[in-house]
Amino acid sequence: MPSQEKVLHIKGLKTYFPVRKGLLRTVAAHVKAVDGVDLEIYRGETLGLVGESGCGKTTLGKSIIQLVGAVGGQILYHEGEQTFDLLNLSPEEFKHIRQKIQIVFQDPHSSLNPAFTVFGSLQDPLKLYGVKTKAERRKIIGDLLEAVNMRREQMDNYPHEFSGGQRQRIGIARALCVNPEIVICDEAVSALDVSIQAQVLQLLQEIKEARGLTYIFITHDLSVVEYISDRVAVMYLGKIVELAESEALYRTPRHPYTQALLSAIPIADLDRKSDRIVLEGDVPNPVSPPSGCAFHPRCPKFKSLSEPEKQRCMGESPQLSDATQLTQPHLVSCHYPN
Amino acid sequence: MTRRPTRLDKKFDLLREKTEQGTLKAASSNRALNKLASNKLAVLGLAFVTIMILASVFAPLVTQYDPQKVDLRMMLKPPSADHILGTDKIGRDVFARIIYGGRISILVGLGSALGAALIGVSIGAYTGYKGGWWDSTFLRISEVVMSFPQIILVLMLVTILGQSLMNLIIIFTLTGWGSLYRLTRAQMLSLREEEYVQALRAFGLNTFTICFKHILPNALGPIMVNITLSTAMFILQEAGLSFLGLGVPLNIPTWGNILNVAQDLRILQNYWWVWLPSAVTISLFVLAINFVGDGLRDTTDPTMQG
Amino acid sequence: MSADQKVLSVKDLKTYIYVNNRCNKALDGVSFDVYRGKTLCIVGESGCGKSITASSITQLLPKLSRIESGEIVYHSERGDIRIDQLERNGPEMRALRGAEISMIFQDPMTALNPVYHIGSQISEGLQYHSKSTLAQLKQTSIDLLRQMGIPLAEQRVDDYPHQFSGGMRQRAMIAMAMSCKPKILIADEPTTALDVTIQAQIFELIDELKQRHNTAVILITHDMGVVAELADHVAVMYMGNIVEQGTVDDVLRHPAHPYTEALLKSIPILGKGKQQQITPIQGSTPDPYQRPKGCQFKPRCPYATEQCQTFPSSQSISETHDVLCWHSEKVLIHA
Repeated sequence: MPSQEKVLHIKGLKTYFPVRKGLLRTVAAHVKAVDGVDLEIYRGETLGLVGESGCGKTTLGKSIIQLVGAVGGQILYHEGEQTFDLLNLSPEEFKHIRQKIQIVFQDPHSSLNPAFTVFGSLQDPLKLYGVKTKAERRKIIGDLLEAVNMRREQMDNYPHEFSGGQRQRIGIARALCVNPEIVICDEAVSALDVSIQAQVLQLLQEIKEARGLTYIFITHDLSVVEYISDRVAVMYLGKIVELAESEALYRTPRHPYTQALLSAIPIADLDRKSDRIVLEGDVPNPVSPPSGCAFHPRCPKFKSLSEPEKQRCMGESPQLSDATQLTQPHLVSCHYPN
Repeated sequence: MTRRPTRLDKKFDLLREKTEQGTLKAASSNRALNKLASNKLAVLGLAFVTIMILASVFAPLVTQYDPQKVDLRMMLKPPSADHILGTDKIGRDVFARIIYGGRISILVGLGSALGAALIGVSIGAYTGYKGGWWDSTFLRISEVVMSFPQIILVLMLVTILGQSLMNLIIIFTLTGWGSLYRLTRAQMLSLREEEYVQALRAFGLNTFTICFKHILPNALGPIMVNITLSTAMFILQEAGLSFLGLGVPLNIPTWGNILNVAQDLRILQNYWWVWLPSAVTISLFVLAINFVGDGLRDTTDPTMQG
Repeated sequence: MSADQKVLSVKDLKTYIYVNNRCNKALDGVSFDVYRGKTLCIVGESGCGKSITASSITQLLPKLSRIESGEIVYHSERGDIRIDQLERNGPEMRALRGAEISMIFQDPMTALNPVYHIGSQISEGLQYHSKSTLAQLKQTSIDLLRQMGIPLAEQRVDDYPHQFSGGMRQRAMIAMAMSCKPKILIADEPTTALDVTIQAQIFELIDELKQRHNTAVILITHDMGVVAELADHVAVMYMGNIVEQGTVDDVLRHPAHPYTEALLKSIPILGKGKQQQITPIQGSTPDPYQRPKGCQFKPRCPYATEQCQTFPSSQSISETHDVLCWHSEKVLIHA
C-alpha cells in the first residue's frame, strides 16, 4: 500500500535537446522533451506514466536517473531525514544515489550484452558497490535469479540462449542487484508477447511487495497501466495534463486528451462498443509546440468553446490544479476540464 | 500452370525428409565455424595461408640452401633438380629466398596490421564512445592522415627514418591506422546506443570499463575481418616499395625485394625464374587471405541467411 | 453465410522454412476462407505463423522457404486461380499483386522508398496495372490521398516520405494498396508501430474502405482488442496451426480452445480496474525445431490428457465455429 511519505519530488523539470543546424553546428532550436513537470512520488506506490510517442515520458524517466541531462528544475530525493537534489550532487552522493534508483529497459534483445554470460553482465555493478569476492557475487546473483523465477545455474548462459520473457526477467534481476528503492520500468513489458506480459507483470507485483519498492511505470499501453498502477499521470508534449488515482482517471477522465486517449483503445470485450473520439491531425512537433495550451489544435472541446474562451486556450498555458474537493487529488491541466 | 522446381527444391526435400525421420544432426554449437567451413574458397585460402606460414617458420626443414649464400659459379641457372626454382644474379637459390622471404613479408604484413589495429581500435573505441570534441579532433586527424597519398607519406618517412625492417612496420602502422579507426568508431556509434550500455551507465561504471570491456567484444567481428584484409594490403604495399628499392633493405630477402631485379629488362625477359615465382607467390597469398577475409565477413554478417 | 461471396479459400496450407540447414514447419496445415466485404482477423503471438500466412498468399516468402502442399484458391471474376501453383515472380502472380491482392506492412517508416515522392509511389501500381497517362496518374494519387483524409492533398502529393508523420505514411501506404481497387487487402499488423490515437484513425479508414469497395480484409494482429473492434471472423493461430476459428461472437464469447481461453484471461481489459484477475499462461512457446508430440499446446494446457499425444482433428462446434482440440466441450462449459 502506498504511504503518504514522499520519496521523490520533481519540481519544474525541464529537459531540452538542442537542434543543431548549419556548418558551424549552431543551436537553432530546442526539442522541449520535458517542459516543466511537477510530480510527487510516494514511497511504495506504482505511478503510471502514460502518453503517446513524443510526449516525453521516457525522457522524464531517463532524466530522473541521469541518463540524459536536465537543463532546469529540481529532482529531490528523500531518504529518511536527508534530502538530495539529484541535479546537484557530489561524486560520492551520486554513487550512493545510483544505487537507490534503477531502471528496467524495454527491448529484451538489446538490454543484455550478447558477449557476456548473465553472471558476467551482473557482476560488474556488484563489484562497483563493494561485493568483493567472486563467491559472494555468485551467491547474490543466484538469489536474484531465483527471485525472478529462474534457476541459479542459468547465470552461466548467454543471452541468446534465453527467450524474450526470460531476458526481460534477467533485466529485472539486474536492476535489483544493487538493492534500489525506486525502479523505473521503461516500457518494460511492451516488447513482449501478450501472454508473457502477464507473467512479467505478475512478477513485478510480487517483487514490489516482497521488497517494498516504488515503481515508476512508463508505458503507452493504458490497459496495462490501469491494472498495475496506484496513480496515473498522462503526459502530452512534455507536460503532465492529468494526474489522478488509477480508478478515478479511468472512470472520470477530466482532460479532453485523456478522454480521447481512453476512447481510442480497442477493448477485448464485445459487450462494450466504445464511442470513439477520433482526434484529428498528428502530434505537433516538440520543437515548436502550439501557443497557449499545447493541445488546443486537436482538442475536441475547443471547437465548442466561445470566442473569448478560445482566445484563452490559445494564449494562456494552463496549470496543473485540482478544482474538485475530493479526498484524493485529481489534477488537471486544462482551462475548461470536464 | 505448375511451378518449376528449382535447385533449392532438392535441398529442401532432403532437409524435410531428414527432419521427419529424425536424422537431422542438431546444429553444433558453433554456427559460425560451420558456416566458415562450408565456404570452400575460404577453406582453400586458409589451407594455403597455413602451408605458407608453416613453410616460412620451418624454413630450414623445407630447403637446405641458405638464402644469403652467394655462389658465383651458379649464376642465373634455370630450374633444375638441384635448385627447384633456379638461381638468381649472384647465385642464390631462388626457392630458398622465397621461403625465407615469406618470413619477413608475412611479418611485415601481420605486424603492420596488428600495429594499425592497436592504434586504430583504441582510439576509435574511446573517442567513438565519448563523442564530443575528442571525437571531432581525432576524426579530423584521421582524415588528414588518410587523405595524404600513402606512397608519398611512406616515401617521406622512409627518407626521414631510414630503411630498415622495423622502420617499415612503424611507417605502415602510422599511415594505415585510419581505416581501422573509422571502422571501430562506426561500430561504437551504433553500439553505444544499445540498452545494455545505458544500463551500465545507470550503474555508474566508468568509461574505460564500459568501452573496452563491455562494448568492444561485440565490435570484434568486422575488426577481425579488416585485420585479415589489411595484412594482405600491407604485404602488397611492401612488395611495391621493395620493388622500387625503398622497402626492406635488399640484403634481407622479402617477396618484394626479390622482385627488385625485375627492374632490369634483360632479367625480366630472359630469366623468368628469378622474379616470376615471387610474383606468383605474392598474388596467391594475397588472394588466399582475401578468400579467408571474405569468408570471415560472411560468417560475422548477421543479415546473411545460411 | 451462403449469401456472402467467398473470395479466397485456403485449404490445408503447409509452408516450411529452410534456414540454417534446418526445416521449420512454420505453417502445418492451415485452412480458412475469406469473404467479400468481411474482415478476417488472424490473431496469435510471435512465431505462430500469421505473417507467413500473409506471405504465402501473396507469394512473397523469403528465398529459403516454400509452400510445401495445400491449396490457395483465389476466386476471381475470371474463375478460380490456384495461387500456390503460380511461379513466384511470374507474370500471372505479378498481375495479381497490387491489382487484386494488396498488402500493407507493419512499419510505415521503412515500407516507403525515401528517395521517391509519395505521388509517384502511390501511382506506381496503377502505372503498371493499367494504361493511364501521367496526368491521370497524378490526379488519381491526389484523389486517393484526399480519400485517406490527408489535408492539402494537391501539395502533399509531391512530398517525400520523411516529410510525412507515421500515421500519414501509413495512410499513404493504404492509398498505395487501394490504388488499383483490390479485392483482397492484407494488413500485417498495420498499427503496431503507431500511437493509439493514430491507430483509431487508421482502423476507421480501413473500415470505411471496406464498406465502400466491398473489399475483403485480412487483418493480422496480436491485439485481442483490435479483434473485438474490427473483426467479422477470427482465426486464432498457435505454432503453425489455426487452433480455433469462427465469427467474432463465437470465438470471443464462447472460446472453445484452451489457448484462446487462456489468452483472453491473461490480458488486462481497460475499465475493469485494479481488481481484475489476470492469469498468465504457464510455460512458454516451444522451440519450433523441437516440437512436442501431438497437440502443440499440450505442455501448457490445463485440460491436457493422454489423448492429447495424438494431434487433434478439427471439431465443428457450429456451422461457423471450428476448433482443433479434443476437449473443446470442457472449455466451452468452463467459459
